Amino acid sequence: MLRLPEFEYAAPTTVAEATRLLHERGTKAMLLAGGTDLIPNLKRRQFRPELVVALHKVEALRGIQERSGRLVIGPLATLAEVAAHPAIRSQYPALANAAAMIGTPQLRNQGTLGGNLFLNTRCSFYNQLEEWRNSDGSCLKAEGGKCQVAPGGKRCWAVSSSDTAPVLAALGAELRLVRHDDERMVPVAALYRDDGINYLAVQPGEMLTEVLLPVAGTWDRTAFLKLRRRGTFDFPILNVAGAVKFGAGNVVERISVMLGAVGSTPMAIDAQKLFAGKPLDNAAATAALQTQAGKRATPLPNTDASHVWRKRMVRVYTARILKELAT
Amino acid sequence: MKHMALTLRVNGQDRQILVSPSKTLLEVLREDLNLTGTKHGCELGECGACTVLVSGKPLLACLVPVAQIDGAEITTIEALGGPSNPDPLQVEWARLGAAQCGYCTPGFVMSAKALLDGNPNPTRDEIKEAISGNLCRCTGYHKIVEAIENVAQQQQVSKVINAVTIASRQTTAVEVRD
Repeated sequence: MLRLPEFEYAAPTTVAEATRLLHERGTKAMLLAGGTDLIPNLKRRQFRPELVVALHKVEALRGIQERSGRLVIGPLATLAEVAAHPAIRSQYPALANAAAMIGTPQLRNQGTLGGNLFLNTRCSFYNQLEEWRNSDGSCLKAEGGKCQVAPGGKRCWAVSSSDTAPVLAALGAELRLVRHDDERMVPVAALYRDDGINYLAVQPGEMLTEVLLPVAGTWDRTAFLKLRRRGTFDFPILNVAGAVKFGAGNVVERISVMLGAVGSTPMAIDAQKLFAGKPLDNAAATAALQTQAGKRATPLPNTDASHVWRKRMVRVYTARILKELAT
Repeated sequence: MKHMALTLRVNGQDRQILVSPSKTLLEVLREDLNLTGTKHGCELGECGACTVLVSGKPLLACLVPVAQIDGAEITTIEALGGPSNPDPLQVEWARLGAAQCGYCTPGFVMSAKALLDGNPNPTRDEIKEAISGNLCRCTGYHKIVEAIENVAQQQQVSKVINAVTIASRQTTAVEVRD
């Protein structure tokens, strides 16, 4: 049996209690939502928290509701709930589709939206058992040592592998982050840092309490595409999310396109500058967007499939997302 | 580490256990409750061998710290039946040879059970989707899909027979009264 390390366990019932524990125990405490990312990581000894704070008894973190015209999703909403929710499916199909493509039915019943947003970055050298990692000096993200992907470099290239992060960033969703004495709202795009190790731009002791989608009608169409080897189980080796609002004459008024799983953070590509005032099938703008996406993406040989092929696919999927948004 | 007293409701019975919070549901089922029908495969959420139902939904027992499901209703393969009283899924699995080495079978059967409980007449695509979280390394997927389809059909047929039987009884009752 692959067993968990020993830890202290707490199951608070309120956000205040949870944030107090995070404040008191600092980096020695970790939050447990659905557990589909944290538990395998603990089994592989990627973290050794003293205290695991289970959130399942905090009712305020559950549910999906409408508030002042916005859908507000509790971070403990499971991916299955997000995928099946009628209002999400009709207003933001890209989010429902992204959630439906994560993992497997079992993992979606267990895994949460908050967990997918905070998903630890992944790398084929890092996501291994301790013995395997240490057989060749481990890596920067695990116990230190050298980067096995880019051995000369000083940075970690572990990959942002969330499917919902690029979608929520493209939609312009916001997050409510709460600390023991403080709270703030941040756009989803501002949650991430381009660093495989410190991939989250959160303050110590902060936790996610709400995911707020933009008001209905902000976008006319949303779309999501995911590249992976199998039709199930797999993490993305590339994903693309897009949202568009059309103006009079069916030209683009606003457009947002994000790439995921080809770097340590979801990446925005500046479609707005290229497409504003033009129809979505404008050939010159499409070619320019493909070039920009291809330059921005930095796939490395640290996930499934060849990174050279993944880089080529960035251009292909960038063109495809525009077609998805048009139909 | 401090142990916790928990009450788990497993296959309709309340089971009291004293465990470390760092034990998974899979470890408790197999090692504390001696319910070894649920298998351990990858233990990292990648194979589906440990699928059990928690409040009717398929989950992976290897990824659930047991303290997290205090009070929930857990259903394992043992609840479906044994050699003397097999579930229709188990009968059909055996009849078609849908189990080859058999290691993945409990997990598959639990995923199939959850599907048919919620959707008694699934399409082939819905069946494939429902078992997409279970791996069979003998690659006997066709027989597995067929077994689930057959059980769904049998249930549809028996539903019709029941309806007809009830209707005919009611007709008889009316006739008697006349």
